[in-house]
Amino acid sequence: MSNQLTKADAARKREKNPNSLLSALKNGGPIVWLSCLIMGLGNFAAGQIIKGLIFLAIEVGMICLLTIPIIPDIAKVPHSGIDWIKMLPSLGDREDGKEVVGNIEVTVFGDRSQMILLYSVIFFAIIVAFIVIWQASVRSGYQALRTKKSGKKAPTFVQDVKSLFDENIHKLMMIVPFILLMVFTVVPLVYMICMAFTNYDSKHQNLFDWVGFDTFALLFESGGSISKQFWSVLGWTIVWAFFATFLNFFLGTFMAMIINRPTTRIKGFWRTMLSFTIAIPQFVSLLIIGQMFALNGIINRMLMDLHWIAEPIKFTDNATNARIFVIVINLWVGIPYTVMQVTGILKNIPADLYEAAKIDGANVVQQFMNITLPYMIFVLTPYIITSFTGNINNFNVIFLLTGGGPFGLEGTAGKTDLLVTWLYRLSVEKFEYNLAAVIGIFTFIILAIISLVTYRSSGSYKDEEGFK
Amino acid sequence: MAKNKMSGSVKASRITMDIIVHIFLTIVAIVWVMPFVYLIAQALRGGNNNGVDSSVFFPTSYSFQHFIRLFTDTSVVNFPRMFWNTFKIAAVSCVLGTFLVLAVSYCLSRVKWKLRRPYMNMGMVITLFPGFMSMTATYFLLKAMGLTTGENIPLALIICNISGAGVGFHVMKGYMDTIPKALDEAAYLDGATKWQTFIKITLPLCKPMIVYQIITSFMGPWCDFIFAKLICRDEKDFYTVSIGLWDMLKMDSISTYFTRFCAGAVVIAIPISILYIITQRFYQEAMSGSVKG
Repeated sequence: MSNQLTKADAARKREKNPNSLLSALKNGGPIVWLSCLIMGLGNFAAGQIIKGLIFLAIEVGMICLLTIPIIPDIAKVPHSGIDWIKMLPSLGDREDGKEVVGNIEVTVFGDRSQMILLYSVIFFAIIVAFIVIWQASVRSGYQALRTKKSGKKAPTFVQDVKSLFDENIHKLMMIVPFILLMVFTVVPLVYMICMAFTNYDSKHQNLFDWVGFDTFALLFESGGSISKQFWSVLGWTIVWAFFATFLNFFLGTFMAMIINRPTTRIKGFWRTMLSFTIAIPQFVSLLIIGQMFALNGIINRMLMDLHWIAEPIKFTDNATNARIFVIVINLWVGIPYTVMQVTGILKNIPADLYEAAKIDGANVVQQFMNITLPYMIFVLTPYIITSFTGNINNFNVIFLLTGGGPFGLEGTAGKTDLLVTWLYRLSVEKFEYNLAAVIGIFTFIILAIISLVTYRSSGSYKDEEGFK
Repeated sequence: MAKNKMSGSVKASRITMDIIVHIFLTIVAIVWVMPFVYLIAQALRGGNNNGVDSSVFFPTSYSFQHFIRLFTDTSVVNFPRMFWNTFKIAAVSCVLGTFLVLAVSYCLSRVKWKLRRPYMNMGMVITLFPGFMSMTATYFLLKAMGLTTGENIPLALIICNISGAGVGFHVMKGYMDTIPKALDEAAYLDGATKWQTFIKITLPLCKPMIVYQIITSFMGPWCDFIFAKLICRDEKDFYTVSIGLWDMLKMDSISTYFTRFCAGAVVIAIPISILYIITQRFYQEAMSGSVKG
């Protein structure tokens, strides 16, 4: 069923779309050609006055936005869109200066590269959006004219609006989330990716320049301080993700199976005890745990009162201890999630498999190795992969427990820093935006490789509607 | 006879096993709830010490003073105000966010359009970038729009909360995919538009999932301490609960605010865990299928 559908889709794609921009330009005639310059002309000619006016208004608005100086810079001097984009290649070069007016020394503001880059990215996004609307307007005019030529009446504005609630409902419903996504996620991402190619760091706060791949090169420079930190953080991130994922998975499975044993009483109670961890905000539970394990915290105190240790254990002040500490506490955070997942799956294993195994004389261990484990690995592989990528980005546990520390004498990366927590510190606290951006891009590449390899080969990607 | 004997020893070993398992589970349960017991005990601590007191796990005297001070002593840390700020942000963003997620999921699940596949691929690529990477950039953008000062801060936080709706469709779309297409087709045959189908057929069938979505997006702002902190900076009037609590544990305030932190944490943890339990019920209901019978 779904195969036929995709085949039909592909066939339809191969057919030439009679309303494409190309065919509009080829067969459109003078009015359509002119409507490339004056948007909405085709719609006017076909009698769609309101639609034509809307397109025309968008074009006028766009021209105003690009040419009329409306956006003020740091010195409150307004610039037009084109002005901002013109400054993009140099990213500005006027430094802040002093000027004596009368007897008072006044600061004269220079350029702010960060603003130039931001507004340029925004205007580029607006231009892209405009091009999309422009080609839609040319096509819409062409289509309306064709309808008129064939003797029918082009759809009126009311009909167009009505179609938004029916066959074009996706246009109505997607517009707001799509714009929000573009403006507040994609534009910032593009902006940040641009920063990776500049020298926007703590030493270049007002003015910075394009430096190409220099910051990327820093990561591979042998013996460099940045490259040393980067590889040690990357190594720990992988080690952490590995332990955090698999320890949680195996211990969680073990716990779920113990709770699910037929003779275990009050199963619901044990699960509720575990699920407290999920229900309570992590910043509360992890901060309080951090306090409990502090040097003068209650845990050290109790262990000393029991005479198990002579002096307080430094859980977070020493690299090895801190790393073990975060992995162990992460068990506390992660096991309940695994128990939740696994409990549902254990219930779904067909009972007749076990009965058949029993008849064949398999003992409990054999049943586990040959039925339970293969079944769970089959079902839970996507879950393991998601939790692996999730752990690479596991900000909360590290940030709230150790804050990335303990810190060495040089550099900004601590011994328990993951790529994300380091990225956070670099951008929010240390203002090393270019390095933060490069690390973000690397994290993306790592996650993209993992996801491509795993999702591409999984059935659910290839055939979305297959599992029905 | 021999069979009886054997089953007897099997039974004995099973009872030993049961005892071991239950002792083990008791220890596990104690370890798992210990931080929360400690939190509540510290929140209820009597006496004049408001800092960290590690001498005993359970305090020697109990009182509600920290809860009372949390809500009445608003001179430095205005907790009621933070609570109200967070509530406003959470309420508005959960209504708007849920609607956007529903709209996106409906379009991706029920409507065939040209850019559907590309859109979903783009969504996947976007989610692969670490959220913290674009965080500062988003702040610069909001600042350029003038949304990071004074009264505009709640608006900025709401925008940040709902802007992810465009890519946060997976659970809802997966659920909508389980609703039989035949229902939609029957509605079209009866002359319903797609909008009517969405309102009259899809939405009612998604009810458990909608409740799940509403509560999860309501809980988001209560737990977010990174983005809120970045946007609020020093504007204390617009702090949310999580920033306020976070600040109480800072080096210079922990000696006077630790017990109040515990009280505040209890105050927000209780409603959130209740909401969580409710969402779990609806989630399970949703997972058992959209159309029963």
